[in-house]
Amino acid sequence: MHEMSIAESVLQIIEDRARADGYARVNAVWLEIGQLAGVEKESLRFCFEVVTRDSVARDARLEIIETAGKGWCMECARSVAVAARYEPCPYCGSFLVRVTGGEEMRVKELEVE
Amino acid sequence: MCMTCGCGKGNTLTGGHAPAQKRKPGQQMKYRAHREGAVHAPGHEHSDSHGGMDFGVGPAGAHAPGLSQARMVRIERDILAKNNDYAVENRRYFSEHGIFALNLVSSPGSGKTTLLVKTIAALNGAQPLAVIEGDQQTDNDAARIRAAGAPALQINTGKGCHLDAHMVGQAMQRLALKEDSLLLIENVGNLVCPSGFDLGEAHKVVMFSVTEGEDKPLKYPDMFSAARLMLLSKCDLLPHLDFDAGLAEENARRVNPGIRVIRVSASNGMGMEEWLEWISSGCRNAAAARYCITEPELQLAPTQL
Repeated sequence: MHEMSIAESVLQIIEDRARADGYARVNAVWLEIGQLAGVEKESLRFCFEVVTRDSVARDARLEIIETAGKGWCMECARSVAVAARYEPCPYCGSFLVRVTGGEEMRVKELEVE
Repeated sequence: MCMTCGCGKGNTLTGGHAPAQKRKPGQQMKYRAHREGAVHAPGHEHSDSHGGMDFGVGPAGAHAPGLSQARMVRIERDILAKNNDYAVENRRYFSEHGIFALNLVSSPGSGKTTLLVKTIAALNGAQPLAVIEGDQQTDNDAARIRAAGAPALQINTGKGCHLDAHMVGQAMQRLALKEDSLLLIENVGNLVCPSGFDLGEAHKVVMFSVTEGEDKPLKYPDMFSAARLMLLSKCDLLPHLDFDAGLAEENARRVNPGIRVIRVSASNGMGMEEWLEWISSGCRNAAAARYCITEPELQLAPTQL
């Protein structure tokens, strides 16, 4: 259930910004979550709704932008798509693939009033 | 798509990605008339059917509802940035004091505490060390470590499923760590959540016991890919089990090609020498590298090094 910690961290970021810049309300939140970040999106939505009650972001719309997993195949020496960590290189079948992208978890934008 | 009224599509890109279209194919878009003063991003224009034409740039260069004063603000902040800031502080402290810190992770019951007790006994005071124990409840594990002769502090996470860098930072202060010492952090037994939380450690060490399934690394790939070393524990039981240790190692390497594996048994001492040597070499490197770690290196989690 670390989606709850993640939702709390998102709220903390929102509240910090709201205090610093003086927003009364946050209507929408855009998150960028990598495909390999290990975050269950539906669970995160649920937790976000729970933690934002009674906050500046209550009833805020949560938009999740999923970024694709990427890796570097050491056999082919090229960048490949990685849908899951245990998947082999789609070209040569080797497991010598190092993940290079798709692990992001970022608050990108807010729509505020 | 314009976030103000929901008209059109494909005009708004957030970080290069279009927001998901919720509208089902064939379903009519519902339009909401703009209020006066609504502003639109360049290249985004409305037909006459919903009010006057309006062009412009919103404060964030994207969206700009009018009278409501709603506006878009770019944040671009990592969700775990706060944890990572604390982790960097911990790592800085370790670097300045020559401390070699390990974050031990596994599912509950794989033998982390037993291995630590045996490790402490084997080091027999030759290496100054301290232990931070993480569990949801009870002080049992810290008591076992103290009984083995090492200073230990228990962190109870309550409902929490992992240790975070802030908790560890506080525990470090209370433990008064020695110069050039070894810090063993036993995380909450959980193969999921602790993988994402950098504590400032040099390495994550994942334990995986032979009474579990060989496919554990495939089921919990995030943890196995975050670890530098895998300890295959309880290996003394192998003759009695239908467990393919080779397959288990192969699965770990599928997820993390660079992972090192040591087969250990806290009961009969198998692999302990190799494990202790791995620790000693880490301690020597940490002591030798004191203050040599650069600021960019401090910022990186061990998996990124």
